[in-house]
Amino acid sequence: MSRKKKPKGLFDKIWDIFSSVRLSVLVLLLLAATSIIGTVIPQNQLPDFYFHKYGEVLFRVFTTLNMFDMYHSWWFRFLILVLSMNITICSFDRLPHVWKIVRKKPSFDVEKFRRNKDTQTFKIKGSAQEKENLVIALVRKTFGHCVVEQKDGGFILFSEKGRYSRMGVYVVHSSILLLLMGGMLGSLRGFEGSMMIPEGETSSQVILRNTNEARQLDFSIRCDDFDMSHYDNGAPKEYRSDLTVFENDKEIFKKRIIVNDPLRYKGINVFQSSFGTLAGNGATLAFTSKDSGMVYERKIAMGESLELPENLGTFTLNHHSNSYGYMGHDLGECFIGKLTHGEQEPQEVILPIRFNGFDKMRKGAVSVAVVDYEKRYYTGLQVTKDPGVWLVYLGFILMIIGCWVAFFMSHQSLCVECQTMGDTGCRVMVSGSANKNRMGMALKIKRIASLIKDV
Amino acid sequence: MTSSLILAIVTFVYGFSSVFYISSWIFNKKILARIGAALAVVAIFGNIAGFILRWVESYGHGYGHIPLSNLYESLVFFALTIAVVCLFLEWKYKNSHINAFSISLAFLIFAYASLKAGQGAGDIQPLIPALKSNWLTVHVMTCFLGYAGFAIAFGISIMYLAKKALSNNGKGLMGRLPDYDLLDELTQQTVMFGFLFLSLGIITGSVWANSAWGSYWTWDPKETWSLITWFVYAIFLHLRHVRGWNGTKIAMISIIGFMAVMFTYFGVNYLPGLHSYGKG
Ligand code: HEM
Repeated sequence: MSRKKKPKGLFDKIWDIFSSVRLSVLVLLLLAATSIIGTVIPQNQLPDFYFHKYGEVLFRVFTTLNMFDMYHSWWFRFLILVLSMNITICSFDRLPHVWKIVRKKPSFDVEKFRRNKDTQTFKIKGSAQEKENLVIALVRKTFGHCVVEQKDGGFILFSEKGRYSRMGVYVVHSSILLLLMGGMLGSLRGFEGSMMIPEGETSSQVILRNTNEARQLDFSIRCDDFDMSHYDNGAPKEYRSDLTVFENDKEIFKKRIIVNDPLRYKGINVFQSSFGTLAGNGATLAFTSKDSGMVYERKIAMGESLELPENLGTFTLNHHSNSYGYMGHDLGECFIGKLTHGEQEPQEVILPIRFNGFDKMRKGAVSVAVVDYEKRYYTGLQVTKDPGVWLVYLGFILMIIGCWVAFFMSHQSLCVECQTMGDTGCRVMVSGSANKNRMGMALKIKRIASLIKDV
Repeated sequence: MTSSLILAIVTFVYGFSSVFYISSWIFNKKILARIGAALAVVAIFGNIAGFILRWVESYGHGYGHIPLSNLYESLVFFALTIAVVCLFLEWKYKNSHINAFSISLAFLIFAYASLKAGQGAGDIQPLIPALKSNWLTVHVMTCFLGYAGFAIAFGISIMYLAKKALSNNGKGLMGRLPDYDLLDELTQQTVMFGFLFLSLGIITGSVWANSAWGSYWTWDPKETWSLITWFVYAIFLHLRHVRGWNGTKIAMISIIGFMAVMFTYFGVNYLPGLHSYGKG
C-alpha cells in the first residue's frame, strides 16, 4: 500500500502496465488479429512458391517480417512473451490480496446483510425458538454448514462457502503458463520427422521435418509388413504396419500400428502417416509373337536381359516407375524395358500396369505385357519426440478445472435472522451475497426464503 | 422411416416452433410460447431419433460410426445442442421470450443442413482412417456444445441490441423482450458455458491430434481459427469481469465472437490448408 503514496519509479510504472488487464486485452486482440495472417498466407512453403504468388516486393517485405513462418516469428513470440509476463505479474499483483480474503477468519456483519438489496423479509407463525432447529436443518441441507448466534428473542444464522473458488482464476492463468512452458520445452528438446521403411528393411534414421537433416535413433525399426484395406466404394479404410523394434541388434518387441494407434518407445512416438510402392524386384512378362501367335511367359529380374525365342531379339528390364508421362497423359505405374534386335536401333518398351495391351500399339514383331510382378510397399512413418507433452496435458486439466471453478462457483455467504414478534409469530430476514453471479445468488435467497416460509 | 425423412420432418417442426415462439412474443400470448416449447420438445426427440437411426443405418452400410463425421452430420448435432440449451434456459429463467430468436437459429441450421443434404452432402460415408478414434466423438460433441452456447449468446445479444435500438420506453413489442439485466446476464452465462466447452473442444482436439499424428498443435487454419475465437471470448470475459463492461458493448463483442465461430466452422474451408474434417 505504501507504494501508492510515493512518487512512482520506473519499476512501478512498468509493474502497473504489466499487471493491467488493459494490456491483456490489447495483447489478446493482437494475437487474435495476427493469427489470421497465417491462415491466409500459406505457411512453410518453398521460396519459389511465394515469389510467384506475391511478386518480388511483397516477397521481400513478407520475408523480412517472417510471414511465411509467422507462428514462429520473433514478433509473434514476443507477443506470447508479453502475455506470459502479463499473466505472471498480474497474478503476483493480486494474489496476496485474494489470499488474505481466502485465509481470513469469516466475520459476519448483520448490518451489511440487512442493507443488501436482494434481502427478503417476511413473517412466519411461531416463535424463533420453535423454528430454530428446523431453520438450521434447512440451511444445512440447502446451503451448507452454518454458525448460529443467539440474541434477545431470536437468533442469527450465518453460513459461507466457496472461499477457495476465488482461486479458480489463478488456476486458469497458471494453466496457460504451463501450456506455454510445455510448448517451449517441446520445441527446444523435441523433434518431428519422418521415416520411410520398405517392407523387410530396417532403419534408424529419421529425416527432420523443418531442416531435412538426418537424425539417428537409439534403436532401429524393421517394417515386417505393410497393408491397407478399402471400403466397397474404394475409400481407404485402414493403413497398417507391422513393426519390430531392435536395440543393439537384439529384438525388443513387435507392434502393429494403425493410424490413431502409434508405437511408443523411449519417449519416441512412431505414427502411421503414409505409404508408397517401391520398384518391384522383377516381373513375369508375356511375350506374344506376332507371326506365330505364340505366347511365352518368362520371369525376369530387374536389370536382367532375356534372349527371346523365335529369334525375336533381346529384352532388358530396366526400371520401374510410379508414374510415366506419355503424350500428355499419365500412364501410372510402369515397367520400362528395352528391346534390341540385331543391328536395329534398340526400342524402348513401356509396360503400364493399368493398360496391359499398351505395347501392342508399338506394332513390333513381339508385344510385351505384364502378367504378374512383385509389389513391395514402403511404410511412411511420422516420428516425434516431445518431452513437453505432460506439461501441456497438465495445463489442459488445470484449465478445465479452473474455468469450471471460476465460472460456476462463487464465494457465497448467507444470513438468516429470526426475531420473535410477541405472540403473532416471528420476523424472518434472509439475505446473502456472492462475489460473482449475483442474479443466481438472488434466486437462491428467494428459494431459501420460500422454503423457510413453509417450515 | 429413414433418418433423412425424420430429419426433414424435424426441420419443419423446428420451423413451427420458432413461428409459435415469435408469435407469442408479437401477440403477447403465453399459450403460443407453450405450444412453441411443446413443438421444440417434439423436434428435439425427432432430432435425437434421426441421429440414432442414422447411426444404426451406418452399420447397415457396413461401416458403422457415430454420425458426427461430416458437415451435414455436425449441423444436425449443432441444432440439437442449441435447442436443448434453449429449453434449459427457458426452464431455468422462466422466461419464454428468451427463445424468440434462439430457437430460430436451430431452425435455420437445420434448414441449411437439409439444403446441403439435397445436394448430396447427407449421404452416409465411411470414416477415413484418421477419424477412427473415440476422441472424434468427444471432440465434436464438446465443440458443438461450445458453439451452441455462443449461438445462443449471439441470439440474446441481437435481442439486446434490437430492444435498445427500437424500444420506446419499454413498451410495445420490444418492451416485452426480457429485461436488459436478464439479457445481459444470460449473454454472460451462455458465453461462459460456451468458453468452457470450446476450451474442452480445443483440448480434446489437441489430445486426439497428438495420439493420431504425434503433435498436439500444428497451426492448421481450423485450429488457428478456433484459437482466435477462444481469444475473442477471453477478451469478452476480461472486459466483462474485470473492467465491468456490460450492455451494448458486451453484446457487440458477443456478436463479433459468434462471427469468429461461424468462420471457424464454415469459412475455414475456403482457406488454403486442410482440416480433414468439416469439408462440405
Ligand atoms: C489467454 C489468456 C487468458 C485467458 C484464457 C484468461 C482466462 C480468464 C478467465 C477464464 C477468467 C475468469 C473470468 C470469470 O471470472 O468468469 C479470467 C479472469 C481474470 N483474468 Fe484472465 N485470462 C487470460 C489472460 C489474462 C492476463 C494476461 C491477465 C493479466 C492481467 C489476466 C487477468 C485476469 C484478471 C485480473 C481476472 C479476474 C480475476 C478476478 O475475478 O478477480 N488474464 N481470466
